[in-house]
Amino acid sequence: MNITVCVREILDPEIPSKAFKIDAEAKRAVKLPDVELVISDYDARALEAALQIKDSLESKITVISLGAESAKNVIRRCIAMGADEGILISDPSFDDSDSFATACVLAEAIKKQGDFELILCGIQEGDWDAGQVGSGIAELLSIPSVTRVGNIEVKDGGVVVERVVADGRETLEMPFPALVTVSSEIGEPRYPSIRRVREASKQEIPTWNAQDIAPVIPRNELISLFIPSRELECEFIAGETPEEMGSNLALKLREAKTI
Amino acid sequence: MTDRKGVVIVGELSDDNLAPITTELLGIGRKLAGDLGQELSAVFIGSGIGQAAGEAVFFGADKVYVIDKPLFKDYLTDSYVGALDRLDKQLKPEVLLLGHTSSGRDLAPRLAFRLGTGLSQDCIELSIDPGTRLLQKTKPVYGGNALAVYVCREGRPQMATVRLKAMEPLAYDASRKGDILPFDPELDEATIRGKLTGREKDEIIGVKLEEANVVICGGRGIGDPESFQQLEELARMLGGAVGATRPPCDNKWCPAHYQVGLTGKLVSPLLYIGVALSGASQHLAGMSGSKIIVAINKDPEANIFRMARFGVVAEYQKVLPAFEKKCKGLLYKT
Repeated sequence: MNITVCVREILDPEIPSKAFKIDAEAKRAVKLPDVELVISDYDARALEAALQIKDSLESKITVISLGAESAKNVIRRCIAMGADEGILISDPSFDDSDSFATACVLAEAIKKQGDFELILCGIQEGDWDAGQVGSGIAELLSIPSVTRVGNIEVKDGGVVVERVVADGRETLEMPFPALVTVSSEIGEPRYPSIRRVREASKQEIPTWNAQDIAPVIPRNELISLFIPSRELECEFIAGETPEEMGSNLALKLREAKTI
Repeated sequence: MTDRKGVVIVGELSDDNLAPITTELLGIGRKLAGDLGQELSAVFIGSGIGQAAGEAVFFGADKVYVIDKPLFKDYLTDSYVGALDRLDKQLKPEVLLLGHTSSGRDLAPRLAFRLGTGLSQDCIELSIDPGTRLLQKTKPVYGGNALAVYVCREGRPQMATVRLKAMEPLAYDASRKGDILPFDPELDEATIRGKLTGREKDEIIGVKLEEANVVICGGRGIGDPESFQQLEELARMLGGAVGATRPPCDNKWCPAHYQVGLTGKLVSPLLYIGVALSGASQHLAGMSGSKIIVAINKDPEANIFRMARFGVVAEYQKVLPAFEKKCKGLLYKT
């Protein structure tokens, strides 16, 4: 079966908060020299979900990414993990895409790329946290979707999925073609082998630009981006030993009428 | 576009009552409707829901639309999106709000694309700009490190999902008057492409995380499942619940539903104690509403200390037993 996975390259979110800086004019985070570009974690898990299917069912996995030229590194990592091929969509006119424009461009690319049974996406991107692109692609392609899935089973021309809800799980069935978004419950992304990393570095990754896919006007306008100020001073509990600190903490909380 | 009027909130029920998010949506809905000089309506979708839905009037709704049919007994993307699409065509609201809940965050994006409008999710602040009369939507981005403010100039209705516990409900007022109106979206069942075949509830022993007054979260530094037992013991004594960051859940040191964070559970206890966790912004996003934040971590540079009211820089294995012992002494003295 044919599986398409949408992936996004983002600034590494695992940096200490005090190292996080924004450009208020450009309205985006600043890429500092020692901050890496990585694959958005939920997208890596979407690929892991695809690979779990490929582990037991003959599948071809195509990875598509809308981003800068550097996003080819993310695509290559996906190929090293086990995806079969990748396509980069890149053009200056796609640079300020919101969720709507991103979903439109990706949906067009998916249509152009060929037939598919299943599209997998992360539940939300690790930078803007909008959480709409997956559902948006499904709506634009007029296919059914389920978000936040923790388990996927391919069965009888469709999928049986476990949707994660606030108080447990729901089991749902959908016919192909369909789209599923995943969160951390799907499992940790596997590590690529050194051999696959080497092979992936040599694989050709086509780039489609605004000649191949028409740019789209965004619907959401970002009017302000700022870091909220934190005026809190942490009081460090004194003590000669950790045990004494533990004891003093209890006293402090009693004083603060918390316990 | 100028024929659009009114604020509509999509309500949810919980055990035959209004879910707390519904009263919160009505609270902010009332404010926005007031600023626009327009009406506030609530819509409920389900089966056998008429009685509970009507309560929305006492929390601020001028009108309550009830979509009550066996077809809608369980949430399904296609049926609920279809129903709200029909309702939008009828009511033509200026603003449409949903809760950022399990169903809300599945429903809203699909609905926004169906209606041809823009959406901002997980909003913690909403307001009407007095000049432009546009809905300004503020939401956390970059894992909670920054806040972004969005507007949608062209698409209608202006849509947002609202974070739990971010908005204030109005006080219950039994004297409020409003109309309760049935609505039949006349959906073609053939358009519903998914099927619900089963449901499983998490086994929660003791207090629910989201409702607990005391939450103790363990992080990567806990090290193993046995050490999580220590946290359980402490939580039991303090009458609270245990949560976790992502690494312990990934490593299966605790159940997956313990995860507190941006895509996990949102907690807002009176007392939060973070044990051996660094305080990644994804996790902070899930507990920043806590009243008193305490952090225990052997690393003085841990991010969590930037948010904590009280901090202990030491190994938790040595701190916790002494802390527990002292608490026991304080709590069980007369």
